Amino acid sequence: MQRDRPWLMRTYSGHSSAKASNELYRTNLSRGQTGLSVAFDLPTQTGYDSDHPLARGEVGKVGVPINHIGDMEALFDQIPLGEMNTSMTINATAPWLLALYVAVAERQGADPGQLQGTTQNDVLKEYLSRGTYIFPPEPSVRLTTDLIAYTVKNIPKWNPTNICSYHLQEAGATPTQELAYALSTATAILDAVQASGQIPADRFQQVVGRISFFVNAGIRFVEETCKLRAFSRMWDDVARNRYGVEDPKQRRFRYGVQVNSLGLTESQPENNVQRIVLEMLAVTLSKNARARAIQLPAWNEALGLPRPWDQQWALRMQQVLALETDLLEYGDLLDGSPVVEAKVLELIAGAQQEMDNVAAHGGMVACIDNGYVKRELVQSHTRRMRNIESGDLKIVGVNCYQETATSPLTGGEESGIMKVDELAEREQIATLQAFRATRQQGAVDDALALLRAAANDGSNIMPSSIQCARAGVTTGEWSEVLRGVFGEYRAPTGIDFVASDRSESKALEQVRERVRATSDELGRPLRLLIGKPGLDGHSNGAEQIAVKGRDSGFEIVYEGIRLTPSQIARAAQEEGVHLIGLSVLSGSHLELVEDIHNELEAIGCKGIPLVIGGIIPQDDARQLLDRGLKAVFTPKDVDMNIIMNTMVTIIRQVNGLEPLA
Amino acid sequence: MSTSAAIQVSDLAAAIAKGERAALAEALNLLDDRRQAARQKSAALLAHLQSEYSDNCNHLIGITGPPGVGKSTLSAALIAVWRKRGLRVGILAVDPSSPFSGGALLGDRVRMQTNSEDDGVFVRSLSSRGQFGGLSAEVWPMCIVMLAGFDIVLIETVGVGQREVDVSRLCDTTCYVAQPGSGDSVQFLKAGILEVPHILVVNKKDMGAVAQRTLSELGNALNAEHPDGQWQVPVLATSALNGSGIEALADVMAHHHQSLQERKQLARRRGSYQAYWIHKRLEEEFGSFGIDKLGGEKALLEQLQSQDMDLFKQYDSLRQQCCNGEVDKHESDND
Repeated sequence: MQRDRPWLMRTYSGHSSAKASNELYRTNLSRGQTGLSVAFDLPTQTGYDSDHPLARGEVGKVGVPINHIGDMEALFDQIPLGEMNTSMTINATAPWLLALYVAVAERQGADPGQLQGTTQNDVLKEYLSRGTYIFPPEPSVRLTTDLIAYTVKNIPKWNPTNICSYHLQEAGATPTQELAYALSTATAILDAVQASGQIPADRFQQVVGRISFFVNAGIRFVEETCKLRAFSRMWDDVARNRYGVEDPKQRRFRYGVQVNSLGLTESQPENNVQRIVLEMLAVTLSKNARARAIQLPAWNEALGLPRPWDQQWALRMQQVLALETDLLEYGDLLDGSPVVEAKVLELIAGAQQEMDNVAAHGGMVACIDNGYVKRELVQSHTRRMRNIESGDLKIVGVNCYQETATSPLTGGEESGIMKVDELAEREQIATLQAFRATRQQGAVDDALALLRAAANDGSNIMPSSIQCARAGVTTGEWSEVLRGVFGEYRAPTGIDFVASDRSESKALEQVRERVRATSDELGRPLRLLIGKPGLDGHSNGAEQIAVKGRDSGFEIVYEGIRLTPSQIARAAQEEGVHLIGLSVLSGSHLELVEDIHNELEAIGCKGIPLVIGGIIPQDDARQLLDRGLKAVFTPKDVDMNIIMNTMVTIIRQVNGLEPLA
Repeated sequence: MSTSAAIQVSDLAAAIAKGERAALAEALNLLDDRRQAARQKSAALLAHLQSEYSDNCNHLIGITGPPGVGKSTLSAALIAVWRKRGLRVGILAVDPSSPFSGGALLGDRVRMQTNSEDDGVFVRSLSSRGQFGGLSAEVWPMCIVMLAGFDIVLIETVGVGQREVDVSRLCDTTCYVAQPGSGDSVQFLKAGILEVPHILVVNKKDMGAVAQRTLSELGNALNAEHPDGQWQVPVLATSALNGSGIEALADVMAHHHQSLQERKQLARRRGSYQAYWIHKRLEEEFGSFGIDKLGGEKALLEQLQSQDMDLFKQYDSLRQQCCNGEVDKHESDND
């Protein structure tokens, strides 16, 4: 019987060090994984070396630290790059990581022209959702187009950019918005490549053909399947009518998928298994809109970092669907269904309208700076949060059926998650410093001069970056040169746009009353500082808390992302706040909270209470509370009225006020 | 006030004048505090600062303009220039409050991105607290504190018409930032809705032709002499994004300040801020009826400006008059 070839099966992974990640990759490959998906740590993603002050606590946490060619070589030790298909989730520093990859392939003796894989290289969504941008939108788009132009000419099988709708959904996008913003991003990038003049007109079809997408699949799997069918049709239309691509193969909507992590719950986390499986169905069911590559999150992502066994379980889900079921034996199951067709048409119409809105606001790049898209996303996200709070949107185990027996999965010594080696950061820094000492400074300086010249004169950034990689330049040095030329940027935040909550719910009224009463007793309005220490740029949670705080009657000083502990402490002092709320999702909470405590003490502000929200494992939460932190909020705390009330209670306690009735 | 409390206040004032961050923060918190004991201490502190530490050499600047025009980024760029010139800068960043909850989202700090390791910069965000036109009641008292500790005090506030009247009456130099391509500011100026600022800025000159057009439209709409007299209102183009025009803007601001000093107008202006503040607060509390009782707006402002008294003393004595219904001019004059 003729069966379709299964999709590429990957697991998004990387942690601690290049050596540890290499071992993990080789284990995963031996268990039947067919490609690699590299997760880099936040310093690597935002262009800092492991020993930079902002990197403290972040090294090796959400991915592997890569500082230089030595790290990259260790990462792919005994993995022949000439035969591998590697996806790298890297954006602001994508040209640099690709340069390192090429340089390592050269050292392995592989032909760089034959390399296969993907660089995510979609910075626009970083401004909207993930937060690992560095430069302003314009130079960022230029780096993106340089990488595209370079690979189309020199590494033709490479997927130079993976336009991401994934993170848009995490930031609150509805299916219509996901379609519209992803496609608008794709056209913005293609237009920029065209305008750069780096690709002759007769080869431009090839560029269009190399554009791939990275999408999300949520739990509403029928609608999600329809979304992917809509994507295919709309992309075909864009490729043909906007760019005149005649070859249908070059117009194909090629996409990889990571199913939704936002919807994974911390409460009763075993339920995430069925969520993940259903979401995988959404991207495989319809043959004509099937994913090319799939990576599944682990069931325990909302608790902390998954262990190798958890990742294996996620891989096995894919294998069972592809190898045991009969899914791959049939043609498209949904063709001809009037229900599906109607839904697809509805999505296309809505998406088309939203694309027109983006165009009316100056296109996707302009929409970053003028905040149009961020505003729309934040509104959708706020609506979602309010629906969960009111119970209109049901999440099993979270806002209904919360009763549960004790789970055997989360018991045991390690509480069901992976512990990153605490020595990893120190070892990484030692390796880095040793590497710096052995390289030839002259070659490094020459390569950096070439890079600066290319950045300034507009020539393609890749050749000089590859030269830097060979010479032993570090991630921080490469980025520092470009920071010097392009400047740094802070995108509009979500807090600027959200309308006040005008619902007069009883719970909200109660919170407001408590805030008012406490303000009166303390003589002035209650003030909170909300900010994100470290390099994690996922600011949606912090922004939602800030908005809710305003709606509850607090004066919220919003401090944004990428803050050093000293910045937070000093801001708290200048602003005279009653409480500091931190948000950390990258796993660096222990180090960062300790540093902030110390900084507060150093400036005489020890008395200001600290609370934290984020993905904080239970053991860590206990440690933090022992060390004087006043409250830890995790994804299972979905009722923000309770969070607000807790903060009022803490403020009352530390100021010696009697509890309110 | 007891002797020990007086020592506390003078120590606090001395620390503020030295620019100690903890003292500044404490004083600003104190001015925010509405409790009776705190109010008394505030009054003593302000009186002390005004008598001991106000030399009118420093510069109080207001920056206003519509939302989204890039005021915070512009402020950040100006701060960098001032710091390079060795000037210490205090900032009061005012954002509107929510009419529904009374709460507020104060986001200027994140947009300003100052180097927070620098002891020469101090930012306090404030909510408009739903009143007082654009500025809450705490702004003027907080300015008094900041003026004691910094060379430059900057008030940044949203203004789209009559709302920026407040800031223009509380500052030595008012700078209005206009959006390129938006005719609003031109229309407002022509219609007299927009109080004429001392300096007009078109930010985002990187927008090229659009910015250029707005620049010349504003130039044309302006009656180039400021109503204060002896000041030609300059129209400048800046780009906070690439830093161009910022030095020039800082120069023009310094020039205006110098011109006020040369014409010996600075002390008089400062007196008028206080008069305006007291008038606003009384009007808020007692309405126009109360103001009439005190002899009407004009007489009241004149009376306030002719007195050499500290803020809260003036305010409290007038409040008393409103409450008692007795207007005894002699007593308040001699107090």
